Amino acid sequence: MVKAEKEIANRPDNTAFTQQRLPAWQPMLSAGIVIPGFVLIGLAFIGIGVALFVTSRSIEVLEIDYTGEDKNSPCFKCSDQDVKNCVCNLEFSLDSLFEGPVFFYYGLSNYFQNYRKYAASRDDDQLSGDLDAFTSPSDSCSPFDLNGNDKPIVPCGAIANSMFNDTFVLYRVVNGVKKLVPLDGKGIAWWTDYNVKYRNPTVTPLKNAFNGTVKPISWPKPAYQLDTSDPANNGFINQDFLVWMRRAALPDFRKLYRRITEGEYEKGLPAGNYSLKIAYNYPVLSFHGTKKVVFSNVSWMGGKNEFLGIAYLVVGSLCVLMSIVMLIVYAKFKFPEDD
Amino acid sequence: MARDSEEDPKAAKRQRKRKQKENKTRTVHANILYDHAKGEENPNRHYANNKIKTTKYTVLSFLPKNLFEQFHRFANVYFVFIALLNFVPVVNAFQPELALAPVVFILSVTAIKDLWEDYRRHRSDNEINHMDCLVYCRVERRYVEKFWKEVRVGDFIRLRCNEILPADVLLLSSSDPDRLCHIETATLDGETNLKQRQVVRSFLDLDCDFDPLKYNGIIECEKPNNDLNRFRGYIVHRSGRRDALYKENLLLRGCTIRNTEDAVGIIIYAGHETKAMLNNNGPRYKRSKLERQMNVDVFWCVIILLVMCLFTAVGHGLWMFQYGDKRPVFDVLSPEGTDLSPVMSAIYLFLTMIIVFQVLIPISLFVSIEIVKICQVFFIHQDLDLYDEETDSNLQCRALNITEDLGQMQYIFSDKTGTLTENKMVFRRCTVAGVEYSHDANAKRLAMYQEMDSEEEECPSRGGTLPRRDSVGSHQSAKVVLRSQSTKSHRRTGSRAEAKRASILSKHTAFSSPMEKDITPDPQLLDKVNECGSQMDFMRFHSQPMSQLPSDLADVLDFFVALTICNTVVVSSPNQPRQKQQLLQPGHQPLLHPRLLSVLSSPSAESTLTKLDEEQNLQQAFSPVPPQYDGRPLSAAEGELRYEAESPDEAALVYAARAYKCSLVRMRFELKSPVKTIEDFIKRFTPSRLTSGSNSSSSSSLVTNRSFTRGCSSVLSSPSAESTLTKLDEEQNLQQAFSPVPPQYDGRPLSAVEGELRYEAESPDEAALVYAARAYKCSLVGRLPDQVTVELPHLGKLSFELLHTLGFDSTRKRMSVVVRHPLTDQITVYTKGADSAIMELIRPPDTGNSKGKRHKKILSRTQHFLNLYAADGLRTLCIAKKVLSKEQYACWLQRHLEAETAIQGREELLFESALRLETNLQLLGATGIEDRLQDGVPETIASLRQAGLQIWVLTGDKQETAVNIAYACKLLDPEEEILTLNADSQEACAVLLEESLHYIQAKFLCSSSEHTTTKSYHSNVSPFGIYTPPPPPSSCPPAPPAVHQLGLVIDGRTLAYALDRSLEDKFLAVAQSCRSVLCCRSTPLQKSMVVKLVRNKLKVMTLAIGDGANDVSMIQVADVGVGISGQEGMQAVMASDFALPRFRYLQKLLLVHGHWCYSRLANMILYFFYKNAMFVALIFWYQFYCGFSGSSMIDQWYLIFFNLMFSAFPQLITGTLDKDVSAETLQQLPQLYTNGQNSEEYKPYMFWMNMIDAFYQSLVCFFIPYFAYADSDVDLFTWGTPITSLALFTILVHLGIETKTWTRMNWLCISFSVSLFFTVALCYNAYCPTCFSPSNPYWSMQRLLQDPLFYLLCVITPAAALLPRYFYRACQGTLFPSPVQVGRQLDKLPAETRRNILSLSGVKMGLPLGPKPHFLSLGKTSFKGCNKKQQQQQQQRRGLQTDSDKELPSADKDTLPYTKDAAPPASKDCLDQTLDASSWITSTPLLSPSDGVQFPPDGDSFCVKYSRGSEDRLKSDQSS
Repeated sequence: MVKAEKEIANRPDNTAFTQQRLPAWQPMLSAGIVIPGFVLIGLAFIGIGVALFVTSRSIEVLEIDYTGEDKNSPCFKCSDQDVKNCVCNLEFSLDSLFEGPVFFYYGLSNYFQNYRKYAASRDDDQLSGDLDAFTSPSDSCSPFDLNGNDKPIVPCGAIANSMFNDTFVLYRVVNGVKKLVPLDGKGIAWWTDYNVKYRNPTVTPLKNAFNGTVKPISWPKPAYQLDTSDPANNGFINQDFLVWMRRAALPDFRKLYRRITEGEYEKGLPAGNYSLKIAYNYPVLSFHGTKKVVFSNVSWMGGKNEFLGIAYLVVGSLCVLMSIVMLIVYAKFKFPEDD
Repeated sequence: MARDSEEDPKAAKRQRKRKQKENKTRTVHANILYDHAKGEENPNRHYANNKIKTTKYTVLSFLPKNLFEQFHRFANVYFVFIALLNFVPVVNAFQPELALAPVVFILSVTAIKDLWEDYRRHRSDNEINHMDCLVYCRVERRYVEKFWKEVRVGDFIRLRCNEILPADVLLLSSSDPDRLCHIETATLDGETNLKQRQVVRSFLDLDCDFDPLKYNGIIECEKPNNDLNRFRGYIVHRSGRRDALYKENLLLRGCTIRNTEDAVGIIIYAGHETKAMLNNNGPRYKRSKLERQMNVDVFWCVIILLVMCLFTAVGHGLWMFQYGDKRPVFDVLSPEGTDLSPVMSAIYLFLTMIIVFQVLIPISLFVSIEIVKICQVFFIHQDLDLYDEETDSNLQCRALNITEDLGQMQYIFSDKTGTLTENKMVFRRCTVAGVEYSHDANAKRLAMYQEMDSEEEECPSRGGTLPRRDSVGSHQSAKVVLRSQSTKSHRRTGSRAEAKRASILSKHTAFSSPMEKDITPDPQLLDKVNECGSQMDFMRFHSQPMSQLPSDLADVLDFFVALTICNTVVVSSPNQPRQKQQLLQPGHQPLLHPRLLSVLSSPSAESTLTKLDEEQNLQQAFSPVPPQYDGRPLSAAEGELRYEAESPDEAALVYAARAYKCSLVRMRFELKSPVKTIEDFIKRFTPSRLTSGSNSSSSSSLVTNRSFTRGCSSVLSSPSAESTLTKLDEEQNLQQAFSPVPPQYDGRPLSAVEGELRYEAESPDEAALVYAARAYKCSLVGRLPDQVTVELPHLGKLSFELLHTLGFDSTRKRMSVVVRHPLTDQITVYTKGADSAIMELIRPPDTGNSKGKRHKKILSRTQHFLNLYAADGLRTLCIAKKVLSKEQYACWLQRHLEAETAIQGREELLFESALRLETNLQLLGATGIEDRLQDGVPETIASLRQAGLQIWVLTGDKQETAVNIAYACKLLDPEEEILTLNADSQEACAVLLEESLHYIQAKFLCSSSEHTTTKSYHSNVSPFGIYTPPPPPSSCPPAPPAVHQLGLVIDGRTLAYALDRSLEDKFLAVAQSCRSVLCCRSTPLQKSMVVKLVRNKLKVMTLAIGDGANDVSMIQVADVGVGISGQEGMQAVMASDFALPRFRYLQKLLLVHGHWCYSRLANMILYFFYKNAMFVALIFWYQFYCGFSGSSMIDQWYLIFFNLMFSAFPQLITGTLDKDVSAETLQQLPQLYTNGQNSEEYKPYMFWMNMIDAFYQSLVCFFIPYFAYADSDVDLFTWGTPITSLALFTILVHLGIETKTWTRMNWLCISFSVSLFFTVALCYNAYCPTCFSPSNPYWSMQRLLQDPLFYLLCVITPAAALLPRYFYRACQGTLFPSPVQVGRQLDKLPAETRRNILSLSGVKMGLPLGPKPHFLSLGKTSFKGCNKKQQQQQQQRRGLQTDSDKELPSADKDTLPYTKDAAPPASKDCLDQTLDASSWITSTPLLSPSDGVQFPPDGDSFCVKYSRGSEDRLKSDQSS
């Protein structure tokens, strides 16, 4: 018996796996499956598309360019780089209630925050409050790591250096009277950025931590003075700073500036005239950029974007169309054969 | 030498080293002489020791050496270059350490694989190195156990039965009485028969145990080399005497000692210098066609990469340029603070982009392909259908990386003998002295076996999913049939149990099957043999000279004697090795030997023995059987015999031997030759010996002295004595477990397995002849180097003293033995060989006397029968003899001995010597041996041909035999015409080829409308013929040569001319238009030349299959070489890429595994290109939105590991497991194989289609998120991560579309991939808030998963991206399915329906499954237009032809297409006309019908012979 077993030592195992007989599902792309399948998928997509489109249509967006390239633009006077501390007022009116919560964005175009070297030019350790990184910033910040006197720049790097510094104040003009619209600057950055990723050094007062460092070259004031009114919004955890540090994906982008959620504006901006006071600081014309402000409300799927709904509708229709084409061809060539 | 070194060791060393280099010989001294001087003085110390080390690396050298080896691969260097480029700050794109990851990963995967392999080698080395053997130790004066690795050159080694040889050993002593040692060389060459090795000549006459201490020779021999069949050297004794050494003296490492209980030898080569190790070369590496194609596309990928980089770089330069001197705020200066010019910036960026886009070059593709191929090899290896139960062998893949080539073969070149046929020779018929004996009963017996075969074959092929059970059932039923008809079952087809038993029995030795053994004698011939025997008996009784025997009877006797002895067959009995071991029980031998020796060495004993010799009754001396052995009273005759044993010593000796079961005591005496001169010569090579000992396979029979018969003729002639002898024999059988007597002889059936003589022959023909002779009671009962014992009817056992054996060689094509005939005492030469070789050497009959007339008649009649045999497909051999006078012999012998002892050019001299002897022969007769077709060969050939494979058979056989075998295996169809090319000269060959071409053109080109619509043979009969894709119209004018219903037969000589450079194109043109080509009488070199020619000129994929050494060159030349294992040695297997146990497995190997491997790999490679291009293109599109800055929205971790981890596994699973069509359908529809032949899965345009698809899909994957997130505050990586995920989904779904079978593994793997990606991403994004600059993706994925937009994107993007492909596939599958898809549709049908359809389709031409011929007709219309043009051209041409050559038939009649049912009536007319008109084309009804081969009624087969006519023509040309 032992010998007999030995004799078939080389015999392969007869298992489904070794004999390649694993049970398998063989999808067959035949007309019977494909055509109904296409119709079903197409219809489902059209359904989703319609829903998305309708949702998207309900979102209101108000965009106002204030670059000031145009001579008629109220900010034209500020577009000259030599003019400092320029302020311009942007007037606009709403015909109907702009439903809340209203998000207030600023937008830049032709601005390459995703430029490879720019995007890397920062020091995350420094921004997380690591004091060692204060004194010797990472090489990645170069050439914005040290100033001419070899003093470390905090926060270092090109991103921080180029921080957007226009400020906006919104007034509702009621009967010629400008009434300040409260803007909510809290929670506009990612929760994790504000609470985990970016940390001020645990030195109090905060100013001391910055001893021996210099502010970024373009900044008018050091980081510990970004928001002197609120220590929880100062330094590296300043929300505007956080928003800026999150690099935009595309050269035309908007970033959240404030939300309008408080008081009487909780339901949205009522119809009427509004005036936006802009502290115009940020130069964009040198690189053919534009600046704009955007008011928008959001739905469950984010801001206004009709594209996705259209995409669903188009793809869905294509599926249906294809199934019809196939049906025609199939009917013409297949059915006579079956007889 | 040793003394030299004392004076100036260094100089001596140098000198010796130089000397060793210069010397072509190796000198081996015995080590024991130098035991005291360890190392330094030992002259053998420079030789390799026996420790083997096949590992490549050591612990220290592993890393550098392995890396060095890996960097030989260009791709690795490239990727390392890219990784290093990343360390340059100006151009770096990723974290430098991270960029190293893929390269390190790939390198380490390969390194681990290498390490594991090396470790396995190390372990097996270790195991081998620590095996034990007995080595003589001078200090202890005995053999001590040592490890193999401690053995050194020059050691004396003692070998016991069943021990494996540790090194190449020169045999100095053997316990065998004949100083023989039997070895089994299966591990070396796969031949399972035992081979004899002989003790070195000068040690032959040692009558006691070999004493190493007395050894004083110095051996000079060749340097180590790998030629297993060559060993030359000599041994120099102290006396100065030189003795030549042959390969017969050398025992090779790895062989096993069998049937010899004890042997001693000296080690000549050890360790890596042994022949076995030198022959050991690893697996072969070839590059497959698919891989070559892939490399082209990898090159295209590089071009695409460079173009993309260049584009980006230029874009970046322009982008920089537009800003001019005003730097935008987001521009970052170089670290030095200096400004970069746009041009410099662009150049740096170019390098950066190479790094970023590196993914486009599929780094993991090479590794993946290797992994997939290993899996494919595993599956092929595991296939039960390719497992041969009988030999317990399965397919071996020796080349690991050309599995997919199996699916792309176009030409098969096959050997015939042993490949198509079993190489099991069956004696069929013979002619003796001009009289034919048809052996009808034998034919019937064989037919029965054949029936059994076919009966059995049908059952398993129906098998479906349970082939095992079915076949078992059929085996059992077959067994019942078999049992009822024959007492023995055929080994090949017997039940499993029986097969198993047979294989157990043949564990150590190969024996013939019953089919080959049980030959039913022809009654007429049997009568003659009996008559002859009794007459001889009578004459001997009356002391008449033997020459008075009627010449026909004498011829019959001589014929059978020649069959029996003119060979190298060794006799053994099946269970001898077992008995051997019993004998080997300690105690017996030492006791026996001294006593025997003491008796035999005493002068009195010797004189007694001499006396015995003179009284010529040696035989009787030990026939008495001890009473306890056999209860029966001994007959008077035996009593007499006992009485004749005069000396009590002798009797004692015999009895002693018996008591120790040493059943045989053999004694040999010096020849007493009447001629003095011969005696002197003979003395030198048959020295007197007196040996004793146990039996061995060759001496396991009773051996008689030459004078035995004369002496006891009185006893033997009486019937009672005869029966007594038989009985005695039987008793011997009981004792020795074999019977020298054929079953019919004593009327009692013997059991099939026990008690049977087994014949082991180097070639199966020889065994067949010996078995045939045995059927006529001329049985070979023993063979020794110098003696053959034959048992003849009425005459008993005769010993032929074997003076010389002139072995077979392929040049002479014959072998001869020179014997002293015991009856006539003449020196007789028996020659056996190919008819062509023998017929030339026959003495021209002297027509003057009646004898001469008779000879002439015999000659002509034999020739006639030979032709008949050949026409029956039998292998023919002629038997001839020659009687030498003593003077002639002495004269020849002198020169022969000179040749034998020559050191230089020995082979040539021996060859010439043989030529001198083999002249003026007298023809005795001829035999026809059938080489049976292997199971399933015709079916395999038919289905391979249906698969579009052109099959050429290249054989060394003669033309008629080959043609008949070709008919039998359906290679040639009786309905097709055969062009036979036989030419005598280059010119004739040229003319023949020219004429053949004309003929083919005239006959077929005129009817080309036929061949274009139905293109070729296989599309004609195939049910799926209309699926064969019509060639694109553009390729219509130079349409590939059509394959017609033509067979081409060409012989070796003509082939040699045709392969000439000037004619090869014509030859190919002719051969290409023939459906099958048969090259006969071709040499191994020609075989390889033909393969090379076809491969190089036609640019096709070739497969060569063969089993013997003569096929090796062909196997090596072909793209894929296949060896048939286990038939004729291992040489073919060693050279092959795949080794199959049987030819019919080729069908599944090619049609199923080849198809699968090809389509899997092709699809995987295409997918790989697509996948990488699609992924890289995403980043490319992004460059338009990031100032061409080389920025990437995909996190670098995802970018690096996307290929290595996230998307790596599903494609591996699909590449390994996907089955486009099931195995059953693939086998039943061989047409599907054309898929691979035409490279339909991977055409060059497909690469570009895939690239375009990849770019399209990446556009979708990029721009849907782009627009979806436009005008939002999305940040870089929150936008990039969904794109990565979408790309992954798209890629996986794409794979899903391309996957044809979804097993659990596929589901598992795809879900694993997806979950791996998300798990890794979630972990990675939660791991560290401040790390992974610059992306720093902390919490991105987590946020993303909360975003409904992400899910919406996940649905729409893959759908939109894959819509076109899916639509295309759906249309293709529904509206114009490819044959493969039809196959898949068939698979889906229930098994019953499918079988019906398939069986229908085999008969009907139409398409039962009928998917839309309309679509094809669309294709055809354009095609027909093209046809018309061609037809017009042809009509013009035809016009010309008819003008110039009126002989040619009008072509219009041929326009009808052939169908299988309607054999070509039109063409027949056409041909008839041709035949009438031309003198040079003749139609001969080629063959007579024979058993087993179905021939058409006469007239349906044509043979267009050009040979005669053209020769005549040439002659007439010359004369005029």
